[in-house]
Amino acid sequence: MQTSEMTPHTADASDDLPLLRVSNATKYYGDRIGCKDVNFELYPGEVLAIVGESGSGKTTLLNCLSTRLAPTSGVIEYRNRVGAMRNLYEMNEAERRMLMRTDWGFVHQHASDGLRMSVSAGANVGERLMAIGARHYGDIRATAIDWLDRVEIAEDRIDDDPRAFSGGMRQRLQIARNLVTNPRLVFMDEPTGGLDVSVQARLLDLIRGLVSDLGLSVIIVTHDLAVARLLSDRTLVMRRGHVIETGLTDQVLDDPQEAYTQLLVSSILQP
Amino acid sequence: MKTKICLSNVGKTFRMHLRGGIELPVVDNVSFAVSAGECVILGGPSGSGKSSVLKMIYGNYRCQTGQILITDGSEIINVADAAPRRIIRLRDSTIGYVSQFLRAIPRVPALKLVADPLIAQGTSEEEALEQARELLTRLNVPERLWQLPPATFSGGEQQRVNIARGFIAHYPILLLDEPTASLDAKNRQVVVELVEEKKRKGVAMLGILHDHEARDQIADRIIDVTQFKAAA
Repeated sequence: MQTSEMTPHTADASDDLPLLRVSNATKYYGDRIGCKDVNFELYPGEVLAIVGESGSGKTTLLNCLSTRLAPTSGVIEYRNRVGAMRNLYEMNEAERRMLMRTDWGFVHQHASDGLRMSVSAGANVGERLMAIGARHYGDIRATAIDWLDRVEIAEDRIDDDPRAFSGGMRQRLQIARNLVTNPRLVFMDEPTGGLDVSVQARLLDLIRGLVSDLGLSVIIVTHDLAVARLLSDRTLVMRRGHVIETGLTDQVLDDPQEAYTQLLVSSILQP
Repeated sequence: MKTKICLSNVGKTFRMHLRGGIELPVVDNVSFAVSAGECVILGGPSGSGKSSVLKMIYGNYRCQTGQILITDGSEIINVADAAPRRIIRLRDSTIGYVSQFLRAIPRVPALKLVADPLIAQGTSEEEALEQARELLTRLNVPERLWQLPPATFSGGEQQRVNIARGFIAHYPILLLDEPTASLDAKNRQVVVELVEEKKRKGVAMLGILHDHEARDQIADRIIDVTQFKAAA
């Protein structure tokens, strides 16, 4: 019997090609392992969480992926807007800078690392636009106002500098600054770390909405498994520099296979 | 009848590393099939592995042995070894899961939460919200709650929001995990009607349902899970 409810999957062909491919990414600090032999692919629209305790290599890996830290060995490739797979560490400096300015975003745990604290909120957002060639002041300001609104910052705060903002507002401003150039891939390093629980919930909800509305690909480092569950499709669990378990996020959290993952999951306090 | 779900020799064991690596066998050699337009209920006492079977089909639990074949349009997918993103695609378009408990998302209003799966399948937001309103009305969720996030709702209200969310979209396969638990008679009857409507549309359903009255009304077959009990 043919059901009327069948709807064939009609994916864009480019959905079937990875946006980022990581092959044996390894980083040593002297003879100490930062991360070792990490392999995965990230597809367009996917949200990948990297979880593990402090010192497990999450941030080292994130920095290697985002060209902030050259790996000791291994290959990291990114599919650019014309569809070519490029080895990040074979690009020249100008190409890489262009990626960071337009195609990518990076949301830091501490907003002060990702914002310019001494210029206005509007300028923080507008600066990224100017870096890709926007020149018309009125357009830039209008886009900045639009983005501040999307991250729930009132228009009348546009001329204040972020030092006058609360932690949650700074983080939302950092997100606006990153998303204004319409990036395809956003890296996030503990974006909700250090915020009050209620502020965290608001930020997570905002990120969740933006990611799904914009179809962003995201790699998010977090030690908070609830954050991974709320935001991500897939999870990598890291321990001592190695990826020890990977899978669908709910599968990793509900049916963890490795001893360390079982320990992580069982260590969550239930409110 | 077209087969929609087919399990063959599926086995599941939990290995508890934090308790000295002891192994807890759950089920073994699970083999059965569910066809389009059929509602099959898993029977057996608590702890016999009914939920584990549903979760393995949804890809939420892994299985150690066997195959879980799902008909997805013109393809047949083995959930037991499918790539995560293939499973996500199955969940978007093909398999719906109505669970007992709602995972409330901070700040998302009930109405939007219900409409979301339909929007994800490509229905316009306006149309999806309209259908969400209809379902919430049928399930007697008071209109004053629709614009509120369900975190503060009563258990029964949350469950009805979740049922609406589970039934709204066009999944050819629905997994029902105790959809009528803790519902009053009136709402239980609404769920029975929703299941009947899905059946008529050719949806294959597999569920757990302890409530005998509802079970007798909707079950075409009951599969006793104790026959798949794994040897300890």
